[in-house]
Amino acid sequence: MTSVHDWAAPNPVSTNRSGLIGKPVDRYEGPLKVTGTAPYAYEVQPPSPPAYGVMIGAEIATGRLTGADIAEAEAAPGVLAVWTHFNVPAQPPRGAKAHPRSTAGSNPALENDKVAYFGQPVAFVVADTLENAVSASHLVKLTYAAETPDVDFRARLEDAGQPPGEQDVEIGDFASGFTAAEVQLDETWSTPIQNHCQMEPCATLAWWEGEKCIVHTSIQMVKPAQHGLAETLGIGRDDVHLLTRYIGGGFGGKGGTYDDLALAALAARALGRPVKVAFTRQQMMNATIHRPATVQRVRLGAKKDGTLDAFSMMTWTHCNRNGNFTEHASNFARALYAAPNRLTGHRLVRLDLPVAGPMRAPGEASGTMSLECAMDELAEKLGLDPVELRIKNEPPVDPENGRPFSMRQMVRCLKEGAQLFGWDRRLPTPGLVRDGRWLVGMGMAAAIRGNFLLPAKCGFSVEPDGTIVVRQGMTDIGTGTYTVLAQIAAETLGVPLGQVRVEIGDSEMPPAPGSGGQFGAATAGSAALMAGMNLRKAIAALAVGDPGSPLHGGSPDEVTFQDGVVAISNRSETLSDLIQRAAPAGIAVEGEIRPAADAREWSTQTYGAHYVEVGVDPITGEVRVRRMLGVFAAGRIINAKTARSQLTGGMIWGAASALTEANPVDVRYGSLLNQDLAQYLVPVQADIGEVEAIILDEVDDKANPMGIKGVGELGNSGAGAAVANAVYNACGVRVRDYPISPDKLLAGLIAQGM
Amino acid sequence: MRPFTYERATSAAGAAKAAALTRGARFIAGGTNLLDLMKLDIERPTHLIDVSRLPMAAIAATAEGGLSLGAAATNSDVAANAEIRARYPVLSEAIVAGGSPQLRNKATVGGNLLQRTRCAYFYDTSKPCNKRAPGSGCSALEGLNRNAAIFGASPHCIATHPSDMSVALVALGARVELVSPSGDTRTLPVADLHRLPGETPQIETELIPGELITAVVLPPPPAGGQLYRKVRDRASYAGGLASVAVAGGQVALGMVAHKPWRAAAAEAALAAGASPAEAIAKELEGASSLGRNDFKVPLVARLTAAAISEVKGRG
Ligand SMILES: Cc1cc2nc3c(=O)[nH]c(=O)nc-3n(C[C@H](O)[C@H](O)[C@H](O)COP(=O)(O)OP(=O)(O)OC[C@H]3O[C@@H](n4cnc5c(N)ncnc54)[C@H](O)[C@@H]3O)c2cc1C
Ligand code: SF4
Repeated sequence: MTSVHDWAAPNPVSTNRSGLIGKPVDRYEGPLKVTGTAPYAYEVQPPSPPAYGVMIGAEIATGRLTGADIAEAEAAPGVLAVWTHFNVPAQPPRGAKAHPRSTAGSNPALENDKVAYFGQPVAFVVADTLENAVSASHLVKLTYAAETPDVDFRARLEDAGQPPGEQDVEIGDFASGFTAAEVQLDETWSTPIQNHCQMEPCATLAWWEGEKCIVHTSIQMVKPAQHGLAETLGIGRDDVHLLTRYIGGGFGGKGGTYDDLALAALAARALGRPVKVAFTRQQMMNATIHRPATVQRVRLGAKKDGTLDAFSMMTWTHCNRNGNFTEHASNFARALYAAPNRLTGHRLVRLDLPVAGPMRAPGEASGTMSLECAMDELAEKLGLDPVELRIKNEPPVDPENGRPFSMRQMVRCLKEGAQLFGWDRRLPTPGLVRDGRWLVGMGMAAAIRGNFLLPAKCGFSVEPDGTIVVRQGMTDIGTGTYTVLAQIAAETLGVPLGQVRVEIGDSEMPPAPGSGGQFGAATAGSAALMAGMNLRKAIAALAVGDPGSPLHGGSPDEVTFQDGVVAISNRSETLSDLIQRAAPAGIAVEGEIRPAADAREWSTQTYGAHYVEVGVDPITGEVRVRRMLGVFAAGRIINAKTARSQLTGGMIWGAASALTEANPVDVRYGSLLNQDLAQYLVPVQADIGEVEAIILDEVDDKANPMGIKGVGELGNSGAGAAVANAVYNACGVRVRDYPISPDKLLAGLIAQGM
Repeated sequence: MRPFTYERATSAAGAAKAAALTRGARFIAGGTNLLDLMKLDIERPTHLIDVSRLPMAAIAATAEGGLSLGAAATNSDVAANAEIRARYPVLSEAIVAGGSPQLRNKATVGGNLLQRTRCAYFYDTSKPCNKRAPGSGCSALEGLNRNAAIFGASPHCIATHPSDMSVALVALGARVELVSPSGDTRTLPVADLHRLPGETPQIETELIPGELITAVVLPPPPAGGQLYRKVRDRASYAGGLASVAVAGGQVALGMVAHKPWRAAAAEAALAAGASPAEAIAKELEGASSLGRNDFKVPLVARLTAAAISEVKGRG
């Protein structure tokens, strides 16, 4: 097994001879996307004209589907099939695995008469056109035996229990530490349900070629989707060819699969023609996953000088009655600040709400919204600068497990951010700065997010014309995977970027875990580096062993790769000359990365600091972000442009979490209120003002062979808290029930006599 | 969406006549509201009469010294018109406070006036809603009704009219010009175009079936400054929580009632020498709220007082 120490050896990415690593290279697939020619799943051209399927969602939150009158729909123009659980083709029971090593079990659509949440697909109509399918869907008459949904999270907090297999983590003695502390803070925050709101809704196009099912779909993780579909269809795993080449956003919401996948494949099989199925925007809100609401209690006990003696963060959250997801909002806090007495944990309550699941920076995104505001409040109580308070409690080693940090530049992020932002101009007393009708305030927060490396493979080949081809069952959900793989390949094989082709999103390619948990670039990229190194070896061996090569007889270790040329000192030829002559069919190899055996001896995280300036209209309670600055330390950066874009995107999301994004539950119906993007408020340009992300120079050689870490979620962590702290600094009102909408802020302003 | 037939009208009178001929016929202009509602199965017209290409998009001076806006003029064209920006800035400001540039490029004067509420329950066909399904009940009444009306609501419907443009039109004392299926024409103050919900929230205007809006006529602007201010959760592309249009001593409020709300009591108080805060307090004596929308009362008080003061302050 490898050790992290093996990763310290120089490699083409770390030596970066041609300087491609770190460059702000344009997106590999950018031209296709901006010209509208990147075929997303629903837009792929099938071999024959497709039929169109639409799903019908349950209009109750819990109960049973007792009847379905489909006669009128079946008789409507162009209709090819109308299914409910009464007549859907048989599928193996949920979770069943015919292949013991499948990474996912059967996921049957329209499984039975049970309705477990509002919007759950309960019927399906296929017709020759989308219009006919939609129109016929209105003619399906469903009858339900509805039960009263148990969906009121706030009313059920008392009933929440330990998530399965978990225990609170206590170090030292929190209760005594807290009671004895000179200064105490004990406050509770709440965060609402949020939706992913990907631009591209979930969608699938399927057709069959003999026994084989070809599916184009929009998902983040290829293998589990392929295996799960094969299990659902009761066919061999190799009989599902799953492709997901372009994905219009995932954010965790496409980590699993939904009924579009099975229904498209089943209908294509039943009808003998391609079938497309897409969620509507309305269906995306209730019938796919969401970030669950939380209630978070933070207790901080400190000495007068600001040293934390006791620290606790407890999170209450919810998931669907049949679900098993916990929003681990307290987890990140375990690695953030030093304190001898610590208590963290989670409580979960199962409700008849739609299915909770991971959403960008699961845990951190919600969790920082309490702790990082609590630190602001504590700083105020102590009369300390919030930056200083954080630096004071910076842990020398991981405060929970005592492991050394692989690399931790939190303090540098805090200090450089403060300087670049002009933090010294902040007045600690709220409400003193005015700009026209706006009260202006500044706030800050720390950012932290774990870093992960998972096992992955990658295929590399060289074609006779010298083109390097990367093949990987990886996804690019808009983050820049295509681009960073191209950069790694070009740098490793010493060819210009234009000589690299990247093919991903295909179940027949060497598997990678996909996009999620900000592990994508590190994991897929490390496998690519390994594969690239293997290809270098194969090419070097070919050159020195080929009598026709000027490199003949040399040592393979001495072969260099640069500008599309292979050389040993001044003996050289182009890669294409070599391959055309000596390996006219090209060469293909694979490479693989696995977590190092000793990786867990270090605590490996990514870090940052947010600085935000907001304006508050004291008359209306409106808040507008004027500028945001994030300074981050996240290992080596492969692409300065795509990394920055991930970070600023996360920061903007954080601001939205503080100010607008929420989907309230109507507890009478068990449904989420906002069902489109006019009602569910993601931020628009005018909300945000200036945004800048600065990335510190860093190489984390314990993380992986490239020394890179994730940036996809880090920007989310802490950004919302910095906005909330800035709101307080502007006007002196703390709203602890997010989002800080004008109605809530106005109440606070009025209470203050403003 | 359900199947429907389509025709392109060639004259205003012809369009009105055609509307009376087919049961379930509707006019379509920019389609930015109607098509969305059709896709969601909330509106179910059987026949669409396209009035967007009728020659009624002109913006022209009237003999009285005002301005006539063709019903098919786009929101973008109206907002950008030099005459409007100079003499009716409150109208320009109100229009650009609504929707997005893409929507305003398609949306028309007529369509904007007749856009339907943004009540979330109206949009969710699985929920009771008296406006969408008369007699089914009002889900908002005891539901998530943060944006509900504070003036003129009824137990049958507490929805608000979401238009920004109409609020400015009401403050400016504009009138709509109409043509009926029988060819009769008439005019109506914009302030009297929409109805309060009463027991029939599905009937939203005083228009007779098939009646077409052909133009909106602005009288000469009142003396004094003008201002439109809208409060919203996000800075753009969001329906308002409340808005106010001030044109001289004329004041209208948005998103507080089933119609753009002429603040007549406030106007009278102002005319009688009351301060802006006193004037709007007078108006709000008639307000009532339900809990979640309580904040609208102080919000409107503060917003309106500030807007009137700002206009006065400009001299
Ligand atoms: C996401 C979103 C956000 C929005 N935000 C705002 C906002 O913040 N503020 C705001 O004010 N508006 C907002 N709007 C609404 C937008 O302004 C309206 O959709 C638009 O003004 C409607 O105009 P239209 O020409 O497209 O009307 P259509 O959709 O074509 O028609 C709307 C209605 O008017 C009727 N109609 C149209 N023309 C006539 C006529 N000449 N005579 C009689 N009846 C007629 C139609 O039959 C239909 O019932 C928003 C819309 C969307 C989709
Ligand atoms: S307020 Fe009006 S539109 Fe909203 S649910 Fe009630 S009846 Fe329907």
